[in-house]
Amino acid sequence: MSTASETFPREIAAPAAAVSTRPAQPFRLAEAAGVDRKNLLDFTFDGQRYSGHSGDTLASALLASGVRLVGRSFKYHRPRGILSAGPEEPNAIVELRDGARREPNTRATVAELFQGLTATSQNRWPSLRFDVMGVNQFVAPILAAGFYYKTFMWPASFWEKVYEPLIRRAAGLGRASGSHDPDHYEKTTTHCDVLVIGAGPAGLMAALAAVRAGARVVLCEEDFLLGGRLLSERRMIGNRSALEWLREAEAELRAAPECRILRRTSVFGVFDGAYGAVERVGDHLPVPPMFQPRQRLWRIIAKRHVLCAGSLERPLVFGDNDRPGVMLAGAVRTYVNRFGVAPGRRAVVFANNDDAARTVADLAAAGVAVAALVDARAEVTPEISRIAEAAGAKLLAGARITETRGRLALRGAVVTDAAGTRHNFDCDLLAMSGGWSPTVHLTSHHGGKPVWSEAKAAFLPPSHLPPGMAVAGAATGDPLLADCLASGAQAGAEAARLAGFQTSLPAIPETDGESAELQPLWRVRGGKGKAFVDFQNDVAASDVALAQREGFRAVEHLKRYTTLGMATDQGKTSNVNGLALMAEFNERTIAQTGTTTFRPPYTPVSVGVLAGRHRGHEFRPTRLTPTHDWATEQGAVFVETGPWLRAQYFPRPGEADWLVTATREARAVREAVGLCDVSTLGKIDIQGPDAAVLLDRVYANNFASLPIGRVRYGVMLREDGFVMDDGTTARLAGDRFLMTTTTANAVSVSRHLDFCSQWLWPELDVQMISVTEQWAQIAVAGPRSRAVIEGVVDAGFDISNAAFPYMSCAELTICGGLKARLFRISFSGELAYELAVPARYGDALMRRLMEIGKPLGVTPYGIEALGVLRVEKGHPAGNELSGQTTAADIGLGRMMSKTKDFIGKAMAQRAGLTATDRPVLVGIRPWDRAARLRAGAHFLARNVENLAANDEGYVTSVAYSPALGHWIGLGLLQRGTERLGEVVRAYDPVRGGDLEVEIVSPVLVDPTGDRLRG
Amino acid sequence: MRIICPLCGERGAEEFVYHGDATVRRPHPDSSAETWNAYVHLRDNPAGRHSELWYHAAGCHAWLVVERDVRTHEIFAVTLAQDVALARRPVTA
Ligand SMILES: [Zn+2]
Repeated sequence: MSTASETFPREIAAPAAAVSTRPAQPFRLAEAAGVDRKNLLDFTFDGQRYSGHSGDTLASALLASGVRLVGRSFKYHRPRGILSAGPEEPNAIVELRDGARREPNTRATVAELFQGLTATSQNRWPSLRFDVMGVNQFVAPILAAGFYYKTFMWPASFWEKVYEPLIRRAAGLGRASGSHDPDHYEKTTTHCDVLVIGAGPAGLMAALAAVRAGARVVLCEEDFLLGGRLLSERRMIGNRSALEWLREAEAELRAAPECRILRRTSVFGVFDGAYGAVERVGDHLPVPPMFQPRQRLWRIIAKRHVLCAGSLERPLVFGDNDRPGVMLAGAVRTYVNRFGVAPGRRAVVFANNDDAARTVADLAAAGVAVAALVDARAEVTPEISRIAEAAGAKLLAGARITETRGRLALRGAVVTDAAGTRHNFDCDLLAMSGGWSPTVHLTSHHGGKPVWSEAKAAFLPPSHLPPGMAVAGAATGDPLLADCLASGAQAGAEAARLAGFQTSLPAIPETDGESAELQPLWRVRGGKGKAFVDFQNDVAASDVALAQREGFRAVEHLKRYTTLGMATDQGKTSNVNGLALMAEFNERTIAQTGTTTFRPPYTPVSVGVLAGRHRGHEFRPTRLTPTHDWATEQGAVFVETGPWLRAQYFPRPGEADWLVTATREARAVREAVGLCDVSTLGKIDIQGPDAAVLLDRVYANNFASLPIGRVRYGVMLREDGFVMDDGTTARLAGDRFLMTTTTANAVSVSRHLDFCSQWLWPELDVQMISVTEQWAQIAVAGPRSRAVIEGVVDAGFDISNAAFPYMSCAELTICGGLKARLFRISFSGELAYELAVPARYGDALMRRLMEIGKPLGVTPYGIEALGVLRVEKGHPAGNELSGQTTAADIGLGRMMSKTKDFIGKAMAQRAGLTATDRPVLVGIRPWDRAARLRAGAHFLARNVENLAANDEGYVTSVAYSPALGHWIGLGLLQRGTERLGEVVRAYDPVRGGDLEVEIVSPVLVDPTGDRLRG
Repeated sequence: MRIICPLCGERGAEEFVYHGDATVRRPHPDSSAETWNAYVHLRDNPAGRHSELWYHAAGCHAWLVVERDVRTHEIFAVTLAQDVALARRPVTA
């Protein structure tokens, strides 16, 4: 039978195009709960101009304009239309915006329309209407479940060149912009008593109950409007329309001083102690407002949480159920009632539950013809019969849709009734409902498994919820409005009570009558065409059956083999249907089949918002030395050393490269005097009667014996016996030391000292604090350094060699009363000092020292020259303190005290750490003195094969030595101390190097140390 | 995860640095190599309640003993490590 009369809807509004150039909206209705008909917006889709209204989503505006075909499916490239009206959308996946703001894989159903929005369909080529990959649907047999695994197996050489590019082009979704994101993102934290997730009827009642009790409430709503399903249905609450009740509830919450309403905010995950949410601050605007981020990441810390996430409608699984025009029944009501859009002109409704009657009634009220109500149940209530009759719809009980027609849009459906008779209907809209699945995602983020309820044909929240969470509303599996209002009020009041507030249950308003009886229908048998379960990943009922036949019977296997539920929608509309089919094919119950695990995020979260401000230069804070501005004025080139920016070298005009500059700077230190900011070295002030005891336990060498006013070089080990750090420690008083650490280990050494004093030896009376940032410290190094220091030290302080010899320290004043600390220590091997002043004077001190040193040839030097000087002196640094070297390895074995216990002492005695063939520190110089050395090259004997088995160690550091006029290096070589004078190869396969080098003492300049004592 | 520092109050876990097992004790210096090896390298990995050392790096710099269920991240108690250490060993002169 055919009811072919093309009756048009009675009350479709005239096109709203008062402006003649504006495209019409032929499917826009007169009434809309959530759209501002006065405010017109222009947008484009695939280059075509359309118009919509503020309050529209891209999906509703497209439907209003008559656009049905919005995308191509992932695998078969089948034409697809809009299925839903919410975040669960699997089909209407589009690219938004242009240029650097282009954003792929967004859901048209949640994209808020704005003036000038440009949207583009995806996964089609060359166009949406004609897509060459559409042939995939005709070769569907080879693209069945597991096709990746079966098809692209061999030959192996085809993978990189053929299969992978092919799969990527065919299966790719949207394109990333490839440009820097011009917007910024931020992160914030908030605390409250009660967090309410979802502002539908249950969430609003929960928030009202908690707010009235005086609790501080945060109410998060994913949508840009509050109300949830209240916006989509024509309901009564307390003798007035639900919309009126909604307005009052919203007004009360807005007026409440302790209620924060976050719209456009998706709570995407339950973490330990905090909920994660994304607020889309500027997604609905062409450009975010000034000083506002595009999106904001919220970390919400609440005492109690009420989850009112509602439920998601399930599609029905029947042949060719994916044609554009087949839509979830609840979404149809949303488009009709909230957006004032008729998603078609002639509808067929197919359902297995009482909700369907509402769809028929709402369509009829909006003037959309309803050709038939196909109810899968054999018997329907008189109420449903009455509604169908009033709407002029033919009621077919106990019937199924077995076939659909149309290509780029739905044109008709074939219904097979209980007697097997086929009825043919013309229609351009098919509203389907397989029942509702509670949105239980967040309830199982702490590992709880949702529980199958046979009675409700739904997965319900697990009994073991995340701590502090209560569930209310449709998310509990009770979808009736009256129940939602009641459970929301109850949960909100209880949450406030548990958060410490006096509460009473608010009055629960009456609602109009409703029913939600359902009889599961997991698939229509005997139909024609592919019956899709997962629309986005093109998984059909036949794929689930095939997976089962091939032995993939566990849920997790099914998912991975068929890719069901693994697309960007994470199976929001497909998981339950897929499980039900799996259960059927395995001849087990759904409860026995189980469910997959829900993990954060509930909906996609952009990486940008997770990064927040931490990107580019702001990835982490940059620490500047006290003399940074001065160094910038000098034209210094800076380098990152850990979190610090340090002057690497100070180029002068005409210097070809860093090597020329560093060589000049190092030579100046050896011949005159140089200045270098060494403030980045860690400084720890250690005080207390037991300070010396602590130092004796953390350093391998002795410190208790260090006299006041003296400095000692120390080396500390980790408890496993390897070297942890080194540096000098000065004794300022009997109970006060100032420790210096390497720049890299400043934080970890400080933590280590706290560990030792608080946990290992809590009885020690000692306190310590990092003063790295409190003091600026400048190295003054070179034979003329004393003259420079004398120029700043106040009268009365004698720094002659006799009064202030090598390894002395003093607290004194400089420049007419400024407190300072002077250390006679040397990293360069020259006569040298380090002068420390409070950090705020560091810049002034550097300028003063430069001025005083000018006649002496003073030269600022950076860390390149610093490195040259220390390699010349054979001082181990970061490359040698690699965490894999012992004190003995780097020539400091004799520093390890035999008379006391210290951290690492016991483990340093292990056989492996005392073995005589360990690589130890040596100096090297190239046999061909003109050759350039490279760090990282490995030592091989001259006459052996280039094999790892013959490896004897490696080059750790190299430098061009101005003092010697050729390259030198440090390295770790097996039995190195016995091999002075031997020639080995420095083999560098990465850079193609193979040089003969001579093994020499690590100390190549002034081995007797006369200069630094001078 | 949120940790209640006895000195600073409840703070996010990102302020803390994890160290490890708080049940091991540093051996006497003369202990055997096996004892030292066990102290440095061997750790139990209980599925459930555990006693751990955390450091309030972005706070007061106190070492803490945190009693925690490592499966659920539920925290039962937080104590200053110094107090725990003092309570279990006699103060040496
Ligand atoms: Zn603290």
